[in-house]
Amino acid sequence: MRLTGAQAVIKALEIEGVEYIFGYPGAAICPFYDALLDSGIKHILTRNEQGAVHAASGYARVTGKVGVCVATSGPGATNLITGIATAYMDSIPVVAITGQVSSELIGKDVFQEADITGATAPFCKNNYLVKKVQNLPRIMKEAFHIAGTGRPGPVLIDIPVDVQMKDFNFEYPETVDIRGYKPTYKGHALQIRKIAEAIGKAKAPVICAGGGIINANASGELVELAERCRIPVATTFMGIGSMPSRHELNLGMLGSHGVYPANYAVHNADLVIILGARVGDRAMGTARKIAEKAKIVHIDIDPAEIGKNIEATIPVVGDVRLILKDLLDIVAKGNVDKWNEAIQKIKREHPLKSGQESGQNWVKPQYLLTLLSEMTAEDDIITTEVGQNQIWAANYYNVRKPRTFISSGGMGTMGYGLPSSVGAKIGSQGQRVITVGGDGSFQMSMQELGTIKQYKLGIKMIIFNNSRLGMVRELQKKQYRGRYSQVFLDENPDFVKLVQAYGFKGERITVNSEVRGALERMLADDTPYLLECMVDPEEPTL
Amino acid sequence: MAKHTLSVLVENHAGVLSRVAGLFSRRGFNIDSLAVGVTENPDISRITIVVDGDDYTVEQVSKQLNKLIDVIKIKQLDRSESVSRELALIKVNATTTTRSEIIQIVEIFRAKIVDVSKTTLTIEISGGSDKVAALEDMLKQFGIKEIVRTGMIAIERGNRHIKANNDNEE
Ligand SMILES: Cc1ncc(C[n+]2csc(CCOP(=O)(O)OP(=O)(O)O)c2C)c(N)n1
Ligand SMILES: [Mg+2]
Repeated sequence: MRLTGAQAVIKALEIEGVEYIFGYPGAAICPFYDALLDSGIKHILTRNEQGAVHAASGYARVTGKVGVCVATSGPGATNLITGIATAYMDSIPVVAITGQVSSELIGKDVFQEADITGATAPFCKNNYLVKKVQNLPRIMKEAFHIAGTGRPGPVLIDIPVDVQMKDFNFEYPETVDIRGYKPTYKGHALQIRKIAEAIGKAKAPVICAGGGIINANASGELVELAERCRIPVATTFMGIGSMPSRHELNLGMLGSHGVYPANYAVHNADLVIILGARVGDRAMGTARKIAEKAKIVHIDIDPAEIGKNIEATIPVVGDVRLILKDLLDIVAKGNVDKWNEAIQKIKREHPLKSGQESGQNWVKPQYLLTLLSEMTAEDDIITTEVGQNQIWAANYYNVRKPRTFISSGGMGTMGYGLPSSVGAKIGSQGQRVITVGGDGSFQMSMQELGTIKQYKLGIKMIIFNNSRLGMVRELQKKQYRGRYSQVFLDENPDFVKLVQAYGFKGERITVNSEVRGALERMLADDTPYLLECMVDPEEPTL
Repeated sequence: MAKHTLSVLVENHAGVLSRVAGLFSRRGFNIDSLAVGVTENPDISRITIVVDGDDYTVEQVSKQLNKLIDVIKIKQLDRSESVSRELALIKVNATTTTRSEIIQIVEIFRAKIVDVSKTTLTIEISGGSDKVAALEDMLKQFGIKEIVRTGMIAIERGNRHIKANNDNEE
């Protein structure tokens, strides 16, 4: 079949089963956009390329498929960088396609030329500058394969405009064979037997569940292991959703922004079973201390994570779902009843705040999120921004299913929440999508309100407005003797009027007693809605 | 800290070297030397890297390198089980009085004189880093004008060899 490079890219996307792409046009990607007109692939025009890559990431996280975004050369491509780095840190499969200046002009600093493969190399699982149109089919095939398999991550394909226009004989490869890329899926049987033995002997085991459980669709196996062997579970931030938040064995989020029971368990365990987690500093900053007391089982698909931040007693490389399946065939409960009693007692002694008692002058985020949890369905999707709002949502919203809590973990990228909710809404099967944000973060991506309007996406937006860059304010309070520097947002716009300009409904509330009614109004239909909640600037994160 | 030699097979594409070098700087690994050249298979290049670091660092370097899609295979070479060489070209001041002494030193080291001028001699030496360093040391007294060194390259002893497909021993 004779196709141009641009048509070949579209054809490849179709063969890969891509339904939606997110992007923004420009001169160097125009052949692609021209070919797009003849395809059934639906394109979502965001209001900034960063919105496109975040939307692709949100779409990927909700659907489990590879998200696709498109941008032009130069500034279009560089606008993707933050989103690519965000996806990389959280192991999200994204394919980014960028236009590039004409091949013969590369290196001459022509209009809108940027070395995007060079710039994104540190944050991409792999990237390609396509020099020959004949290589396009193989590169497209490899890109989807690399992004979506093993430890997922972003892959960028940079295509000079002349390559997009050249025609050639298109043939899509059926298989991929990349000699430098052969992820291990099956876990080592002997190691798995060792884990079973360790669990049988353990008196105080704990599971630390990370985002790998969600990527591997291993929640079922995780819950089965925890229940069968009575092993309490602490999740990392990325692991939220791997087990229902309110499951009796779920101790909540681990780490510096987590909760006491989770941290207590990990620091007092004799066996810590780390599943699909990279032992990041925010989750396990005291890894060495933990390892001094406990045997460490570490299961991860990325061999480079094993031994990087914590020394593992029993390391296993592979797909965590397959490994847990093998483990479940042979594992039996240890002598853990006392430990479970102790842990449950700690859980009772350290309940989450209700936020009810002090909500006369402000809206308490804890109260609102607890109430919201009661009013949403288990399939409803929450996305968050970054800051205090994110940690409140992580700790107080009842996440019941994997792939329903979408937030930037490793990078902590402000401006992720709103655009990722665009992708989440499009990828959802009609579920509700609610994005929880702060007044600061919301303003980093609020141009995406335009996207929400254009595609009539019934996204519900909750803003915790503390007129502050709250999390930084808190840091300055604690570590810089209250010398507040550049954290004041007292001149915020009227967020309700702002969304009204887009034709959306909205409402502002200032005290707890208004919360229930407001949430009911917000959730009454499937149209875009913004709920601005006035929050005490002094409200602490934890 | 000890020196470790890694023999890395990579796809022979543009951009691979910058990915490898970028990884070292980004992850804070120290490279002593790096040498690249194409292998017996023109699609594949070999990079020989000498890293300075403890076992943890070397393990991290190998694992992170392995994550690069263009890296096909990595092997850490055991010092005693491999032959390693580097090449240096040394331009040294030579007068009528010092010239013969320099030539003697060159002979002792089994090095070669590859260029002469009225005031200089240029010497080529290949060998392990120690040998190259020892010659450099001996020549210092005459005044070294310039040294150009390659990075170290190394190959396993005996019939063992590193191949892109899995059988690295036969
Ligand atoms: C792109 C980006 N810039 C800066 C930061 C640093 N930062 C972390 S939290 C935060 C404040 C966020 O303010 P807001 O969205 O209002 O959330 P709050 O903490 O007040 O809930 C800032 C500036 C960041 N995480 N991301
Ligand atoms: Mg704020």
